Amino acid sequence: MAESIIQIQNVHKHFKGGIHALKGVSLDIAKGEVVVIVGPSGSGKSTLLRCINRLEEYNEGQIIVDGVTLDTAANINAVRRDVGMVFQSFNLFGHMSVLDNITLAQKIIRKRGKSEAEEIARSLLVKVGIPEKANFFPGQLSGGQQQRVAIARALAMSPKIMLFDEPTSALDPEMIKEVLDVMLGLAQDGMTMVVVSHEMGFAKAAAHRAILMDAGQIVEEAPPDILFSTPSQERTRQFLSKVLRH
Amino acid sequence: MGVSGQNLKKAAGKILGTIPGAEPESQIDAWWGLVILTIVVTAGLAIFSPDPYWRIIAFVSDGIWVTIKISVATFVLTLVAGLIGGLGRLSKNPIIFGVSTLYVELVRGVPLLVQLLWWYFAFPQIIQTLGRTFQIQALITYQANPELMAIIGFVFCYGAYMSEIYRAGIQSIPRGQMEAARSLGMNYFQAMRYVIMPQAFRVILPPIGNEFIALLKDSSLVSVVTVTDLTRRGREFSSANFNPIETWMMVALLYLILTLISARIVQWVEKITRIER
Repeated sequence: MAESIIQIQNVHKHFKGGIHALKGVSLDIAKGEVVVIVGPSGSGKSTLLRCINRLEEYNEGQIIVDGVTLDTAANINAVRRDVGMVFQSFNLFGHMSVLDNITLAQKIIRKRGKSEAEEIARSLLVKVGIPEKANFFPGQLSGGQQQRVAIARALAMSPKIMLFDEPTSALDPEMIKEVLDVMLGLAQDGMTMVVVSHEMGFAKAAAHRAILMDAGQIVEEAPPDILFSTPSQERTRQFLSKVLRH
Repeated sequence: MGVSGQNLKKAAGKILGTIPGAEPESQIDAWWGLVILTIVVTAGLAIFSPDPYWRIIAFVSDGIWVTIKISVATFVLTLVAGLIGGLGRLSKNPIIFGVSTLYVELVRGVPLLVQLLWWYFAFPQIIQTLGRTFQIQALITYQANPELMAIIGFVFCYGAYMSEIYRAGIQSIPRGQMEAARSLGMNYFQAMRYVIMPQAFRVILPPIGNEFIALLKDSSLVSVVTVTDLTRRGREFSSANFNPIETWMMVALLYLILTLISARIVQWVEKITRIER
């Protein structure tokens, strides 16, 4: 594959209270690659994802994103501009309309004018399939719609990488598909994506690589159809037997 | 209820409809009833028994303005002091956190009246002593301005209470809001300015409104440090005319009108800033 855009090198993370959440994780992600991370809760998969844009600090090792090492505050803000993040709980700004949610950072970080920012926002709302919701407030939307707005908000910054932290875990079953469809479209457009999710269907359809994490370490990585059907590690088999049962 | 009573209610409702915060379709609630009752009683006393009631109002009217001036000036400054204190209480920097925590704990443990006395009597002496020590003429002749000292004392005290309100308000906004703002590339202050504070402000509006009303009432304490506010003017009138019953009733009514109207203004601001759902 092409050159790597995210390099994670031997990263350790200790939480206050002595929990060793990441135990020397190393991972290279190539430009345009879609990586899905699965694993039991508490395995450190969300922590790893949050370390990539430094929402979580790590204690050891280093992470280089698009050639920039995350160390100084200026560096971190610069990297965050280019790395979109989608959260499990959407985290839309509740006091702003959908349109303002998508234009705010464009205006103050990307320094785009009001009309340009709104034009971009509206075209992204078309892309995620809810152009008619521009003037609604987040509280007036369904979970699936809110998550699609959150994706549009991240995309509005023209990111090079998109991180998804369990984007469908808080959604009702019938809304999961509408969000996954948007993510599938993104993957087909060639976006570099790191997705923490247990959506095996999405992983098989879109991901180049699936990673199983457990107890702060990467247990196994392989193309998703191989990882999910013929895993080489016992721990992976154990995990999958629990997840795939229903 | 008789027909005339219904009509009266309807007519009053129509008038109230023109006042923000009192919807025309809503019935007169107890609060508005109290406001009207208080104003009617006060006006009635002034009109039908101008001596002493109108004389009292005329005499203390400048005090009313001093009370309003001190309350509003203090309130505005307290909003700023509270923001700084509140952010300090949330700071990860141990020095900033320590200083702001010390300030809040210190102020909350000392009665407001004692603080006001300190600022009026002790603080100017400290300045003068410093002036003598370092031979600075401007400080040696320093004289305290009662109103300024009162406002400083109030801001110092209420700023601490306001800090805790700000802190609680900011903490009530889910962490995810800050994380989402930061993940879009905003720095801490941009995230505070555009995302956290606008939402926290709506949360803290009711307690802030309560603080203003408490402040308005506590402002009567400044009468002790020679500020000629409503209370002090009332005392002057009462001791000159030997009619404490009438004077203090009228002063109480005037305070009541101020606090009841303030409470309504607070409610109105809450209503227009509510987040649409």
